[in-house]
Amino acid sequence: MISPRIISIVVLLVGLVILPHFLKFHHQDFLIFLGINILVVVSYRLMTLTGEWSLIHIVMMGVGAYTSALLSKSLGVSFWISMPMAGISAGFVAALLCFPLFRMTQFYFLIGSFAVGEAIRLAWIYFVKPFGGSSGINNVPPPEFWGLDFMEPIIYFYLVLTIVTICLFILYRIENSRIGLTLHAVHWQAPLAESVGVDTWRYRSLAFIIASLFVGIAGALKVHYLGIVTPHQFGVGTMVFVLIWVILGGYNTFWGPILGAVVLSVLDESFRTFEALRPAIYGALLIAGIMFLPKGFESIAPKVRAWWRSSRASPSP
Amino acid sequence: MELFLQSIINSFIQGGFFALWAVGLVLVFGVMGVVNFAHGELVMVGAYTIWVLHAQYGTPYLWSLCLAILLVMMIGLAMERFLFRPKQGDPLGGLINSIGVLFILQVVAHVVGGTGPAKQVAPPYAGTMIIGELLRIPYQRLFALAISAVALLLLWYFLTRTKLGWSLRAVAVDREAAALQGININRTSAIAIGVSGALAGLAGGLMAPMTNIYPTMGHNVLITAFIVTIVGGMGSLSGAVIAAVLYAFLHTFVTVYVSGTIATMCGLLIMVVVLIIRPTGIMGKRVSE
Repeated sequence: MISPRIISIVVLLVGLVILPHFLKFHHQDFLIFLGINILVVVSYRLMTLTGEWSLIHIVMMGVGAYTSALLSKSLGVSFWISMPMAGISAGFVAALLCFPLFRMTQFYFLIGSFAVGEAIRLAWIYFVKPFGGSSGINNVPPPEFWGLDFMEPIIYFYLVLTIVTICLFILYRIENSRIGLTLHAVHWQAPLAESVGVDTWRYRSLAFIIASLFVGIAGALKVHYLGIVTPHQFGVGTMVFVLIWVILGGYNTFWGPILGAVVLSVLDESFRTFEALRPAIYGALLIAGIMFLPKGFESIAPKVRAWWRSSRASPSP
Repeated sequence: MELFLQSIINSFIQGGFFALWAVGLVLVFGVMGVVNFAHGELVMVGAYTIWVLHAQYGTPYLWSLCLAILLVMMIGLAMERFLFRPKQGDPLGGLINSIGVLFILQVVAHVVGGTGPAKQVAPPYAGTMIIGELLRIPYQRLFALAISAVALLLLWYFLTRTKLGWSLRAVAVDREAAALQGININRTSAIAIGVSGALAGLAGGLMAPMTNIYPTMGHNVLITAFIVTIVGGMGSLSGAVIAAVLYAFLHTFVTVYVSGTIATMCGLLIMVVVLIIRPTGIMGKRVSE
């Protein structure tokens, strides 16, 4: 039995496969980054399921990017090994950070994660020897596979599409598994969950590690396309954008953050003509969103559906 | 030796600034429960006001300073009225709104100042005081230190010796109980952010002749203010002032003898350690339930 949801996803994927052939170069570029950003926001959502908002997520992406860049450039490791290694190393760093970070909750966790992330980022700037200081690591080689030219955006887009789709599928399954349900319980009913034997600390850590693992992979995808990685790509400014996408998209469903990333990135792209004003437009959108649509873009669809039903129930004369 | 003594003096001056930055953040967090991410940008606006009025149009420095304080206070009040008040009881919403303001203020600074190199303002109080052949303190720095000390003393007097100050502290301790005692929460919030904005404008105005002025200068301010408030104890003003001076010493000496990056890293790590070991900060009291 094929459900309408699966059909619509297949149609969407086929559309995405065809789409880049009709686009200009910099729009293909845009699609690649959008794909990577979608993986970033969806992995972040797994973290927010436990009710904790961290500011370290984008630094974990940096951990993955630096790992992959160092492995492939200094040691000549192939992309197909360095990319999973990027995920594993980000997950590993996250596992180490669980011990200090998850002694805090709520606001203190937010600030604590920010401090640890910023310290890691400053380490990349200070230790020039492996990390290249402020200018980072450049000339990271693109992936190699059957002689395909991954410098070509369309080819790279297919790579991103494949990997991001696989990761999203896994993340979706995790959220709807026993683990995902437990994460919800940890968020909404922490004392109750503890009373029935759920180790909340362990589940918070697990969510953090899995989220970091996937965002590490996103980091690897980014660095092998750009060919360069610098500490400034992973500053708190970038993290703020991730927060905005997730919050404005809505974080109550799996699709909300994706919707936020897509809608806001497309809007942002269309403001490219007012280069200098872009952050202000973003800021104004952010305020408007939080004031008038506090549940995010995802809350529009049910409202429209309800309106549609009510208007059909009582047809206007 | 000379460098050592000079660093001690500089630490005190830095400490004054750190305290001004942090106290504003503490006030708003304490009374309204909102982490104002735009606080660094408020300082930046203060510095830009001096650059425009004093350096571009030749308004006397003291007048420009007063206007900077007024302007930033107005921005703070507007933020409270239109952004934080509708989002009462929703800390995440307030935080996101302040991030929106941060973006907007940075762009305004870009529009006003244009792109290009960082701006500089010639010190209005030229000259250097020389003590015992060794120490050289520019008058501008002495002036800044004196004014920040006076501002902090006035704030202390306001909070501990006046009725309004008491009501502010009452709201910070227990919002509902304060409201039941007939304290107007909205007015108290407005006063808190007004004072916070005035201090931010003052800090920006005092800093203007001594630093580079650029649209993203608030980033550093915010990080420092976070470190100071966490180490001092969220919601404790005396803690913030003590932590500001201590952190200024650490930061100045590590910067002089090692490197600026390591200095900030130390600060961040100390903050994490404090968060783990004593989340209430060095001066915070544990609230028993």
